[in-house]
Amino acid sequence: MRAMVLSPHLGLSLALVVMATPVKAETIQVTIDKLVFSPASVEAKVGDTIKWVNKDAFAHTATVKNGWEVMIPPKKSASLTLKAAGTVDYFCRFHPNMTGHIAVAP
Amino acid sequence: MFIQCKSALAALILVGAMPFAQAADKPTDPQIAHIAYTAGTLDIEAAKQALKKSKNKDVLAFAHDMVRDHEAVNVQALDLVKKLKVTPEDNATSQALTKAAAEERAKLAKLKGAAFDKAYVDNEVAYHKQVNGALETLLIPSASNTELKGLLETGLKIFEGHEQHAEHVASMLK
Repeated sequence: MRAMVLSPHLGLSLALVVMATPVKAETIQVTIDKLVFSPASVEAKVGDTIKWVNKDAFAHTATVKNGWEVMIPPKKSASLTLKAAGTVDYFCRFHPNMTGHIAVAP
Repeated sequence: MFIQCKSALAALILVGAMPFAQAADKPTDPQIAHIAYTAGTLDIEAAKQALKKSKNKDVLAFAHDMVRDHEAVNVQALDLVKKLKVTPEDNATSQALTKAAAEERAKLAKLKGAAFDKAYVDNEVAYHKQVNGALETLLIPSASNTELKGLLETGLKIFEGHEQHAEHVASMLK
């Protein structure tokens, strides 16, 4: 039973280890339902992955003008790992009235 | 008599130009389902003609998108009418749309190359504008079943996207 009790000292060193580890890359989910990207605007960091989950029966794209494009087939999902910092506006090439925004921190 | 003839003539002209203009009475759900399905099928037929005739990659890509999306909407529409046990009912608006589309197809059949591309894409802009206007002002407000209304609303968003897409392709053809 005594072994289960963490000394305050051990607790502190564990906390230091956690803080020293680089921030882990996250996966941020954007759902597409009835031709809407939701959330329409997300904040991410370089190295994070955006995963679009398409609930529609229609194919969509996440397209950045003069930039990348991700094709998201009907009822499927597709991902992109963010490589550069900056803000991007994207839209669906098939339905340009669908728009989204990603703010990518360094 | 003269006045009657004149208004009949005016009505005929309206039918030719605006198939939805004659739908003075509120359409029923079976009629709305038929109109929506017909409108989709007509756009698929137009796209298939473009896929055969056009050599322009933007026009071909647009036509592919139309076939894919409208077929997907129509599959959903058929599933819904089956579920709701609604039998789509032919009506004057569907017939007028079909007649206008046949005339447009015949007109486009005589064109080639860039002239065909321009006429097809311009008509797609106009057609989607017309159908979207009808969805917004007539079909969606008239639909009494909420699921049918929901599908029409999703359809409207899709077709508004198509209208913008068509306008973009039209601007590139100039």
